[in-house]
Amino acid sequence: MKVRAQIGMVLNLDKCIGCHTCSITCKNVWTSREGVEYAWFNNVETKPGIGFPKEWENQQKWNGGWVRENGKLQLKIGGKRRILANIFANPDLPEIDDYYEPFDFDYQHLHNVGDTKHQPVARPRSLISGQRMEKIEWGPNWEEILGTEFEKRKKDTNFNEVVQKDIYGQFEKTFMMYLPRLCEHCLNPACVAACPSGAIYKREEDGIVLIDQDKCRGWRMCVSACPYKKIYYNWKSGKSEKCTFCFPRIEAGQPTTCSETCVGRIRYLGVLLYDADRIESAACVANEKDLYQAQLDIFLDPHDPAVIAAARAEGINDNWIKAAQRSPVYMMAMDWKVALPLHPEYRTLPMVWYVPPLSPIQSAVQAGHVGMNGEIPDLKSLRIPLRYLANMLTAGDEAPVVRALERMIAMRAFKRSQQVDGVEDLDVLKQVGLNAIQVEEMYRYMALANYEDRFVIPTSHRAYAENAYDLKSSCGFTFGNGCGDGNNDVNLFGTKAKGVRQVIPVELKD
Amino acid sequence: MAHLNLFAFGIYPYIAIAIMVLGSWIRYDREQYTWKTSSSQLLESKQLRKGSIAFHIGILGIFLGHFAGLLLPKELWYLFGITSSMKQMIAIVAGGIFGLICFYGLTILIKRRLFNPRIRATSNPMDIAILLLLYAQLILGLLSIFVSVGHLDGQEMLKLMAWAQNTVTFNSVAAAESISSVHWIFKLHVFLGMTLFVVFPFSRLVHMLSVPVQYISRQHQIVRQRFVR
Repeated sequence: MKVRAQIGMVLNLDKCIGCHTCSITCKNVWTSREGVEYAWFNNVETKPGIGFPKEWENQQKWNGGWVRENGKLQLKIGGKRRILANIFANPDLPEIDDYYEPFDFDYQHLHNVGDTKHQPVARPRSLISGQRMEKIEWGPNWEEILGTEFEKRKKDTNFNEVVQKDIYGQFEKTFMMYLPRLCEHCLNPACVAACPSGAIYKREEDGIVLIDQDKCRGWRMCVSACPYKKIYYNWKSGKSEKCTFCFPRIEAGQPTTCSETCVGRIRYLGVLLYDADRIESAACVANEKDLYQAQLDIFLDPHDPAVIAAARAEGINDNWIKAAQRSPVYMMAMDWKVALPLHPEYRTLPMVWYVPPLSPIQSAVQAGHVGMNGEIPDLKSLRIPLRYLANMLTAGDEAPVVRALERMIAMRAFKRSQQVDGVEDLDVLKQVGLNAIQVEEMYRYMALANYEDRFVIPTSHRAYAENAYDLKSSCGFTFGNGCGDGNNDVNLFGTKAKGVRQVIPVELKD
Repeated sequence: MAHLNLFAFGIYPYIAIAIMVLGSWIRYDREQYTWKTSSSQLLESKQLRKGSIAFHIGILGIFLGHFAGLLLPKELWYLFGITSSMKQMIAIVAGGIFGLICFYGLTILIKRRLFNPRIRATSNPMDIAILLLLYAQLILGLLSIFVSVGHLDGQEMLKLMAWAQNTVTFNSVAAAESISSVHWIFKLHVFLGMTLFVVFPFSRLVHMLSVPVQYISRQHQIVRQRFVR
């Protein structure tokens, strides 16, 4: 057993209101730069839909993730030899139009236009070529609230084997949910395995997957290998970039920007201990539907004395072990089993998990449209097809999704009868295999969701690892070339000076 | 004229190689963030696939051909029973084939770089310059085939081999002398070749020093430690 710690995330889709605050704050912090205008380390998709970039879940098209061949794991884009053979031109690389052509508007025109007969307009302009765009054809969130016609959205691969999927194109029958997405910081990352330069790595201490910007040579194989399409090629710098899990904040014990700013309080961050020796065997189980359970099996119980001893032997600090014991992520994934991984069938063992959405179910129950199964509504007759959620979260196995949804319904039923009727409805809990103490905890974490409960992040002990005196007068984050950023105005090495954005001059008047 | 010849083929090569080695070293050491392939495939993929694959196959063939043809001593070739005139034929045929493949690819790449609005707008001056330099060099190389056809005995080639081998063994005067009587197309080709060495560290060509051969033998997963225990 080799114990490693990872900061994992859970997103409670039941509470996501699709406000995009996470995307915007992330954008402002990380990707408001030339070259990555099109990149969204965090984006929120309306499902069903083909998503961003187009059809990212269709691995027949993009060849992301891993496949099991002859009992061994192999990247779907091919073995090492095939990857190197494709190095001159990557056959599986999305083009900018599969994301969208980034644009800005000629706002300056509104100021400069002078007297005109007609209302002036700010027209779009490409941020790549600088040319006028007559029509914006696609964007990072083109399918917002079921935008675009169903004919296009039904290509969503989560519809596979959903019976009569065409009826969901009817207005009365349609359904929707939000899916905020970021890098999964996988235990078995395909991007790391595909990088010919060895520039991508997983951090031992917290599991964050990062790209060494100095070592990246721009071979672009990671973009193809990542099944979540969460690595973006920066066309300006010629390097790939990805979600950093806001590691400078995590190191300081603060939540990521997307989590901190989430107004719906849907995001949870916590430590998970796992057995690194069993990663490969877990990712390689024969049946795709067993991948969810296989991943659960390599998570370690932070209360188990043997695990604690092994963790200490690996040099994991006590405050990390303590954080693991209080981890909301562990509770939701392991104790209550309400959080599920996103597309475990990609075999990357993702570490950003999701609580399936419940809201349309509950409203249908209250309206009396739904048959009951004992104390709990029959989930088969519900608005979002179970199979759709199962395709997204458990490789098509409906049982774990049913368990998660039923437990959440039971929690609501229990708290409702407790607080409205003043009775303890223990039958409903019995049906879903919970006890009253567990449900009170679930209620505290999932309904109240206090800041301290949502984010249990131990600080990393930087002070032990680095001599602060040596860091005196240094430049903080640099490119290893003194205080330069590799992008000076005067540059012998052929990079252009930084793009200048127009600033509206202020006119001073007396 | 002799002085000019000595400078161009006896001294300039050393300046060029010095700039290439030192420049690449400094760039790798201090500005590794700029060390990259500078791929533009994200912005345009179809033409790139056509052009880039042909270009790279062609130019790798040409590179290996030049390396073997110029630097391996003629005694080694004789040992394998290959006479100078046979070697000249090999050079013409192999160089011609790979040259044409490369020409096809490079033509597509240049057209794409100059006339695709997205690629043009995101190109550095050096991206365009290096393509045009390579194009000029490639055309000179292909033209030299017509000259070589007039010297099928391989004597002209032996002079160029003597230049290259004298250069790498630091006999600069002998090197310049041995090349002084070859056709001007060869001279221009050699001079431009040395100039490519000069621009090498200032261009995207540096990515050829980072061919990821170690990937084949590497573990799939990479985990980095922060704490030194």
